[in-house]
Amino acid sequence: MKVVIASGKGGTGKTTVAVNLAWFLANCGRKVQYIDCDVEEPNGNFFISAHFSKRISAFVMLPVVDQQKCTSCGECSAKCRFNAIVRLPGNTMIFPELCHGCGLCLLVCPAKAISEDEREIGIIESGMGWGGISFVHGVLNIGEPMPKPLIRKVKEQGLSDHIQIIDAPPGTSCSFVETISDADLVILVTEPTPFGLHDLKISEEVARARGKSIRVVINKDNGTFRPLEKFLEDRRLKITARLPENRKVAEVYSKGDILLEELPDYREHFSSIAAEVFRQSENLEHSPNGVLP
Amino acid sequence: MKIAITTSGDNLASPMDSRFGRAVRFLVYDTDTKGLLLVDNSQNLNAAQGAGIQAAQTVAEAGANVVITGHCGPKAFRVLKAAGIAVYNCEAATVQEALGLFGEGKLLTASNADVEGHWS
Ligand code: SF4
Ligand code: SF4
Repeated sequence: MKVVIASGKGGTGKTTVAVNLAWFLANCGRKVQYIDCDVEEPNGNFFISAHFSKRISAFVMLPVVDQQKCTSCGECSAKCRFNAIVRLPGNTMIFPELCHGCGLCLLVCPAKAISEDEREIGIIESGMGWGGISFVHGVLNIGEPMPKPLIRKVKEQGLSDHIQIIDAPPGTSCSFVETISDADLVILVTEPTPFGLHDLKISEEVARARGKSIRVVINKDNGTFRPLEKFLEDRRLKITARLPENRKVAEVYSKGDILLEELPDYREHFSSIAAEVFRQSENLEHSPNGVLP
Repeated sequence: MKIAITTSGDNLASPMDSRFGRAVRFLVYDTDTKGLLLVDNSQNLNAAQGAGIQAAQTVAEAGANVVITGHCGPKAFRVLKAAGIAVYNCEAATVQEALGLFGEGKLLTASNADVEGHWS
């Protein structure tokens, strides 16, 4: 079961929801794995108190051109969708920072002048946090422009017999799309503000276009922001929890503490989110081909 | 010598396009034959990435020895350098003016990219 917790921008309480949901599920005796896909700014380990026991490098394929064999025909450069190859007479240049490692140039080169090398884009660390929660995250190398392959590799560390709580990167870029690609449930965390609503609309559209089951958690809720309520009604979006506004939440967060330990009042809200996760997981088991209708 | 100038128009009086990778087209002026050649770059206008290096490949293929443009990013600059093409930055309003300034030796060669590339 893969549950992605996402929000359009940072700072809406996405990580708070992800961490506390993981805590709650672990306290229910479930096997939980926390997967932090925010590879550009991973911080879930801090909240989960993760101790890493394994560290691997993540690589992507990088083509190299043998200039001796290259006939400067230009096939590779014409076919590369990412504009990562330039053919100049006697010098075919590859731009690693643009290359997506798709391998097409290797296939199309008639002179077989291109071979495979690899390039490290980041590292993947995994281990254990409190409450027996398995933890894995990726750390993208500084200056590395392509988070997507690393996110994919981080998700490959997912344990199929665990409930995977996946912390999505902020925004609705290709990183977000990659993160939700195989999600069974997407929980969008939003705030009752015009900015929050704007981002919610975009993320909802992206997730819906990919046929995802979507639930909404409203953070810092005061129930008075009409445009948000209207949007949720219009879209028939299911609200699984409304977390009340409380100054103490930010304090707890800044100390890296667990909200549900410090403010037990919030447990009922997470109990509703967990119930939704269980319901979805049951639906999943009962659907014939393992996918939801 | 062939000089490629970034422009949004199609003749010497046309305005210069200050962008390199996403310039509408290049006007290539041959100082030996006084001939003009227009090279389209519009396929790069919507490129998500790598517009600069493809534009650099395009001007290299057109046989240019010199590029005059407003701004050139680091990757395009690397390609132009590898192709042995000199880059001159120029803020002139029209192509003609830019050519004039170049002829008088008033333009400076860019020794490095003057704008950072951006990721999308
Ligand atoms: S591997 Fe793919 S992205 Fe990279 S240079 Fe080759 S064709 Fe382009
Ligand atoms: S396809 Fe092969 S031979 Fe042709 S330019 Fe590219 S590397 Fe050279």
